[in-house]
Amino acid sequence: MKFSIQINEGPYQHQASDTAYQFAKAAIEKGHEIFRVFFYHDGVNNASNFTVPPQDDRNVVKLWAELKQSDGSDIDKVVCVAAALRRGMLDESEAGKNSIEGHNIHPSFRISGLGQLIEAGIQSDRLVVFGD
Amino acid sequence: MYLNRKSSYGTVYAIESLEVVLIAAAFDQDVSLAFIDDGVFQIVNGQNTDGIGMKNFSKTFHALGDYDINKLYVSKESLDERGLNEDDIMPLVYEDEDDDWAEKPSVKVVSNAELSLIMSEQDVCLSF
Repeated sequence: MKFSIQINEGPYQHQASDTAYQFAKAAIEKGHEIFRVFFYHDGVNNASNFTVPPQDDRNVVKLWAELKQSDGSDIDKVVCVAAALRRGMLDESEAGKNSIEGHNIHPSFRISGLGQLIEAGIQSDRLVVFGD
Repeated sequence: MYLNRKSSYGTVYAIESLEVVLIAAAFDQDVSLAFIDDGVFQIVNGQNTDGIGMKNFSKTFHALGDYDINKLYVSKESLDERGLNEDDIMPLVYEDEDDDWAEKPSVKVVSNAELSLIMSEQDVCLSF
């Protein structure tokens, strides 16, 4: 089956991202495809390139960055542009457009619009939402 | 279906949920909205945000009818629990093109049992 996942909360504050990760990993192990992971609301913070979690606990951003499909290919991890901008999550392009110095989106994620979420709902067999 | 469970201004879920709904309208999808628990507050009539300095986005709900979004379900039990009734809800309408553009209400108050059934008929359900 093709699964898409929506994550509505940031790392550590809520378990949403952890649960979503465990779900994605289990689905991949069973041979399913992850069509897209879409980060909305505070979920955009899962794409931060600047997190430094304690060494003796899981690194949520890194877990998502390193998760691959069952055939080893990359997973499409999309951060909503509107949600990202209002929360100060910028890639190089958005930072440039808004004359802001510095950018903080981890390279394994891409910024795009809500259309990607709608498309995920249409194209996937299941869209599973993880939130508060 | 877009399921709303939180009230308008205490958290960001209400406004950002509406943003997804407006994008979905552009994709020509069969869109319905559901309001349960504190989500029923989102479509209460007479919202005034002057005191909190936040944008009053409740007016946007009036525009939904023009985008062919005319199925807004509100949980009766959630209204009752909060001391609200049908008269407290915004008078949202749409123009039925199959009925000589007659103006009809977009909001339907339903029981949780009915809403469960409606949800089970959806292809996709996004929860905010």
